[in-house]
Amino acid sequence: MNGKERKENKSQSVKKNFVYYIEYNVNLYKVPLAILCGVLLLVFPKIISDRYILTISVKIGIYIMLALGLNILVGYTGLVSLGHAGFVAIGAYTASLLATKLGFGFFLSILVGMVVAALAGLLLGLPTLRLSGTYLSIVTLGFGEIVKTIAMNWDSVTNGTLGVKNIPSPKLFGIKLTIANHGLYYLMLAMLLIVTVFCYLVYKSRTGRAFLAIKTDEMAGTMMGINVTYYKVLAFVLSAVISAVAGALYATLIGYIDPNTFTFDVSTLILSIVILGGMGTIRGMFVGALILISFPEVSRSLMDYRFVVYGLILILMMRFRPQGLLGWRSQIPYRLSKNVKKQLEIDANQYQESSSL
Amino acid sequence: MIGQQIFNGLTLGMCYALLAVGYSLVFGILRLVNFSHGSIYAFGAHTALLLVSMNLGIVPAVLLSLVFTGLLGVLIDKTALEPLRKKNSIPIASLITTIGISNIIQNLLTVFFGSEKKAFPALFNFGVISIGNIQITWTQICICIVSLGLMLLLVLVVKKTKIGLAMRGCEQNPKAANLMGVNVNFVISFTFFLGGVSAAIAGALISGYYQIVYPNMGYMAGLKAFAAAVLGGIGSIPGALVGGLLVGVSESMAATFLGSTYRDCMAFVILIIVLIVRPNGLFGKKGITKV
Repeated sequence: MNGKERKENKSQSVKKNFVYYIEYNVNLYKVPLAILCGVLLLVFPKIISDRYILTISVKIGIYIMLALGLNILVGYTGLVSLGHAGFVAIGAYTASLLATKLGFGFFLSILVGMVVAALAGLLLGLPTLRLSGTYLSIVTLGFGEIVKTIAMNWDSVTNGTLGVKNIPSPKLFGIKLTIANHGLYYLMLAMLLIVTVFCYLVYKSRTGRAFLAIKTDEMAGTMMGINVTYYKVLAFVLSAVISAVAGALYATLIGYIDPNTFTFDVSTLILSIVILGGMGTIRGMFVGALILISFPEVSRSLMDYRFVVYGLILILMMRFRPQGLLGWRSQIPYRLSKNVKKQLEIDANQYQESSSL
Repeated sequence: MIGQQIFNGLTLGMCYALLAVGYSLVFGILRLVNFSHGSIYAFGAHTALLLVSMNLGIVPAVLLSLVFTGLLGVLIDKTALEPLRKKNSIPIASLITTIGISNIIQNLLTVFFGSEKKAFPALFNFGVISIGNIQITWTQICICIVSLGLMLLLVLVVKKTKIGLAMRGCEQNPKAANLMGVNVNFVISFTFFLGGVSAAIAGALISGYYQIVYPNMGYMAGLKAFAAAVLGGIGSIPGALVGGLLVGVSESMAATFLGSTYRDCMAFVILIIVLIVRPNGLFGKKGITKV
């Protein structure tokens, strides 16, 4: 076989691989559905321009991002964190302090917030490697409380219990993005899109499979040559960065933060969203956040009883569908078998081609 | 000054230890962090208050509230957690369930009692003893005596009685215990009863000490007691005592030397430091991983 033929052969095999990829990964019926959802989300503020509803929808978007971030830890890697509010607080405080005190722009301050949160994730990730299960959860819980206490006591920087006031709205090309001109909504949408795509890519990548391996059986993962230390810390850092972004957005949405914005309840709320939606799925986060964040708003007529009902929902959910609304009970074998099958077929093809040389 | 603070810290620590025992008992058997424990504690304090206001006399009222709170623990186990066990669901499902229960109890308390702080009658109010320049109230001494007595009683129950043997059996291997004729579900319910009773005792003692009750009282106290339980090695009763005392003393020290706002995170700071050195807590057994 001469060089030209080999080249042709290679391009053919690439083509074949691409066809396989399309066949196994893109379900064509999903495309119109996705376009429809996208268009609906884009025109949503034009149809319903009620300020209150728009604020709630931005809040829902923020919580979807938070859940996606926690999902990397809980859903992909199997590390239960109960102190995620700590990362949210770090992102929100860093960004809003830079914006109010030093006059940084929104996007620059979000970047700095991401870096600080990544460092915090590294800091929390490293010592917790020795811990597992409950011990890890309680250390993350402690981390959340410590961040809160620092925010409360570091008066000279964080204003203590008074909190940070008058956080400016983000500016893009000289235009202020607020709820009133729908800018904040579209900003949220754009950030949500980026975070979602990022989470999807992580899940589909080699890193995502390493996370899954650690979740399924850490020891077996080590035996397969996965650097557990590296991937666990990576999961913490990625999760922290996404939470920080959402936190910064939250600060500009409300315009005011104080230490009591980021309590243990926020951490459990995010965890509830992840579990209600279905751990390890991306669609689940959207559904979970939509239900749990809109519920207290929708059920205002229930008055004092609404949090009782909220608790009941959690309990009944766990009783009758513990894998979450959109989760599969045996998610891992299903996913892997599909991927592995595809990979095996491609490998077999390549093997045949190379052996015929 | 320091001696006074240490003694105040010890009293506080005894209260945390009482709460921490509840976490330890349940965790030992179910491997489950019972996040509703703080709310059960608030429930205990509120029932005691309700019964005291019905003019039953303080001692019968507190005893009755112990029974009610213990029964609440059993009720939680039977209605919410036992079905999950039967279905063999993932551990995190039980965790979320207890968070939901905590939500329900706390908000029902708010609905029925109101969210404002209410006065609670002082228990054991016999005056003050001064040793040197340390002032010790009888309330503090009684708290120490009662909680030490309760710990001793719990240790005796777990180590010496037949049900304690069954509890230890379930802790090691529920399936094997079941095969040996132990009614595992009964043992777990009994554990929840004990947990509820100890939470109610803690509720009555602490509210008697601070003379204040409110529905959210279990939130911070519960988290700190949980930290104390993990600090001592969750699942061990002496561990809970030592962890509680450590947290209590460090808190009152922090309140004196660092300012009172830092006290709330002391429990967690110590916890993280200890867990980095000893990942299973001070008195924890090292788990064996089977491949």
